[in-house]
Amino acid sequence: MKKSHITIIALLLITLTFALVAFFYNQEKNTQANQIVSQHSEALVRDHSVRVGNPQAKVTIVEFLDPACETCRQFHPLVKNLIEQYADKVNLVIRYAPLHHGSDQMVAILEAAKMQDQFWQVLDMMFDTQPQWAINHQAHPDIFWNHLIKTNSALDFEKLQQDMSDPAVFKAIQQDITDGQLLGASKTPTFFVNGKPLPSFGYTQLQNLVKSEVNANY
Amino acid sequence: MGYQSEAALASWKFIFASWLVATVSTMGSLFFSEVMDLVPCVLCWYQRIFMFPLAIILLVGMHPLDLRVIRYALPIAIIGLLFTAYHCLLFYGFIPENLQPCSKGVSCSDASMELFGFLPIPLLSLASFLIIIFLLLKVRSLCRQTS
Repeated sequence: MKKSHITIIALLLITLTFALVAFFYNQEKNTQANQIVSQHSEALVRDHSVRVGNPQAKVTIVEFLDPACETCRQFHPLVKNLIEQYADKVNLVIRYAPLHHGSDQMVAILEAAKMQDQFWQVLDMMFDTQPQWAINHQAHPDIFWNHLIKTNSALDFEKLQQDMSDPAVFKAIQQDITDGQLLGASKTPTFFVNGKPLPSFGYTQLQNLVKSEVNANY
Repeated sequence: MGYQSEAALASWKFIFASWLVATVSTMGSLFFSEVMDLVPCVLCWYQRIFMFPLAIILLVGMHPLDLRVIRYALPIAIIGLLFTAYHCLLFYGFIPENLQPCSKGVSCSDASMELFGFLPIPLLSLASFLIIIFLLLKVRSLCRQTS
């Protein structure tokens, strides 16, 4: 056998082995992820969780997000579009996964803004201005805070600051972190559609899963 | 077939074997990070820096056989070995890790580096670099004998 043939066969064998093992590993991982979520379905949505869209919708997207996460920022308009596209059939639940340094404060701002019915305005603002306050994977809540004071006149900032240190806010955030860890939401954004994790990460995968759940339920 | 070409064939086999080890190690480490989602620690990155090019340099040196590839590959492999040796000492606690300030990221002595619960990744890396260096030295001594 020629030397070059030996090398090519070796390369093919290595690549094939890699692909096969990766395929079976992922399949096993997905099965396990599905099992965990179905065993702990109560951890998907809690009483304090923010929900948008028709509460009676039969399809629920649960998104674990971090305001400082760039991919979450890119997904934000896409997920909103998805909700609009299916109107009353799909709703969205936001959970916090503050993985970045300083994100816990950003999430506390969101929880406090929720009490003044400004959750979505503030979340939109966070993603809009993210490049200014999320520097090198670190959130700088003070920069965002100053920005918010300048642009949002609907918020009572004194109350906002008080609510941020409310034990209930702290508890809600801790609950989200615990649930995220339990459900395997170790990266952001992590999506669950009617309790099903995405087979692999991507917007198309999310779209397809939502579509199949809508078709199955309506 | 003269003595020269026999030695050349033997050299090729050794280089091929070392290339095989480097390629399997490269794919293995990519498997850990890309498929198993294990985030590589800093020392792992340095070892990768010296392992990945070996898979390419050795391949280029085999087709056609260019024995000078040993000159280029050996220093890379030896530096890689030094990083691995350091990592193993750290992993088994001979060097305390807290000599460096804490930072967010992955600890180099984390137990998650144990594959299937008993095979530590730094040890795999050590074995790979040692085998590669051994094989390359074999080729070098073969060349010395024939020339």
